[in-house]
Amino acid sequence: MSVKQGLMALLAEGPMYGAQLRAEFEERTGGTWPLNVGQVYTTLSRLERDGFVEATGEADAEGRISYRLTEAGAAENATWWTTPVDRDSTPRDELTIKLALAVTVPGVDVRAVAQTQRTATLKHLHDLTRLKQQVVARQREDETEPSHPGAPDHDLAWLLVLENLIFSAEAEVRWLDHVETRLHREALRPRPQPTTDGERAAGGARTAYDDEPEPTTTRGARR
Amino acid sequence: MRYPSLILDDVTRVHGSGETAVRALAGVSLDVMPGELVAVMGPSGSGKSTLLNLAGGLDKATSGRVVIEGEDLTKMTPKGIAQLRRQRVGFVFQDYNLIPSLTAAENVSLPLELDGERPRKARLLARQTLDLMDLRELADRFPDQMSGGQQQRVAIARALVGTRRLVLADEPTGALDTHTGEEVLRVLRERCDDGVAGLLVTHEARHAAWADRVVFLRDGVIVDSTGPAGSAEDLLDAAPA
Repeated sequence: MSVKQGLMALLAEGPMYGAQLRAEFEERTGGTWPLNVGQVYTTLSRLERDGFVEATGEADAEGRISYRLTEAGAAENATWWTTPVDRDSTPRDELTIKLALAVTVPGVDVRAVAQTQRTATLKHLHDLTRLKQQVVARQREDETEPSHPGAPDHDLAWLLVLENLIFSAEAEVRWLDHVETRLHREALRPRPQPTTDGERAAGGARTAYDDEPEPTTTRGARR
Repeated sequence: MRYPSLILDDVTRVHGSGETAVRALAGVSLDVMPGELVAVMGPSGSGKSTLLNLAGGLDKATSGRVVIEGEDLTKMTPKGIAQLRRQRVGFVFQDYNLIPSLTAAENVSLPLELDGERPRKARLLARQTLDLMDLRELADRFPDQMSGGQQQRVAIARALVGTRRLVLADEPTGALDTHTGEEVLRVLRERCDDGVAGLLVTHEARHAAWADRVVFLRDGVIVDSTGPAGSAEDLLDAAPA
């Protein structure tokens, strides 16, 4: 997540000081990605250096300096809204790496790894769903008795963040189901009998199980 | 002291015999408390539907006990089981199963009338149930005048009309879009928060997440469970009196 872009998007609404930016950022994203004030001020310094923001004046009585977007900052912010988020670079995902390693490292119970993770992810999904229920219930109450008429819809922002997390967790559970099915099929697949080293090398792909000392007709015995 | 609405105690179900015998469930134990919604997940053929059928007295266990609100089904006659099912258990299916020629209120009152309740009283109870579930405006509509989500909510009302406090739902959101499916689950969740016990079979993790607990079945065996969130005592305390 680009903190830089997030702060500029907030400053497009009007000048704010560091602690204010931090509070707004966290409120609108439901505190899912907490920022510390140091991070906010470091980012503001860089943005100021690059000419995207500027101080509105001197520090106030409490020593707080407000910042606003420059023209270049406003243009940068506008570009952000119209540019898709880069999906070409694949972030390192610990679970994917863990399972990829689990099928290649001897002695790891891959199904147990997948099952343990699925249980944990489902609990997480359950917690997210409860949070979502609370937000939806609050929205229903607001429909009948508006508590903050005209206020920016921060609940909507939080709901969208929550739903993103719910979809991600659900996708992870589906993928784990798929992993189990894949492992099951792999276990049932007849294995080609190894012949000579030369033929094996020419045969191309080696699997995680090729190095097992005593190949069996099915791979279920491994688990 | 409160007791589980549903107890499956070391339940096994074998179809066929001899070499062709298929073990659909093997030694499954599961309790569902009043106020608790339990989701059952698992791949196709893992025994989910068998478990639900046994829990509702639609099928008979080969061994083990099935107890609904203190009544041990394994010691009851088929007639007794049928009566218990009519009075204590509500079913919700994927395809709603509302009778097209009856209004929502008539569909909801039907189980009571079939159980011998006077039609007038049955319809009064049906309307009360629809009111309770914020479905009053659907009472006089026929199924073809309702959306899928509305029909399924009426089906839940039908499952819970009268004295029934145990609802067994088999993929109740299977035919609905995401938003409508969630509305149906919200209704089910609210009923359980009011003290109904629910068993929900689903293959959607997002829907299972509405439950207090998720159990996984594989090859007829419970291989894992996510809960309960609290101890049995916590659950008892949380359940409405």
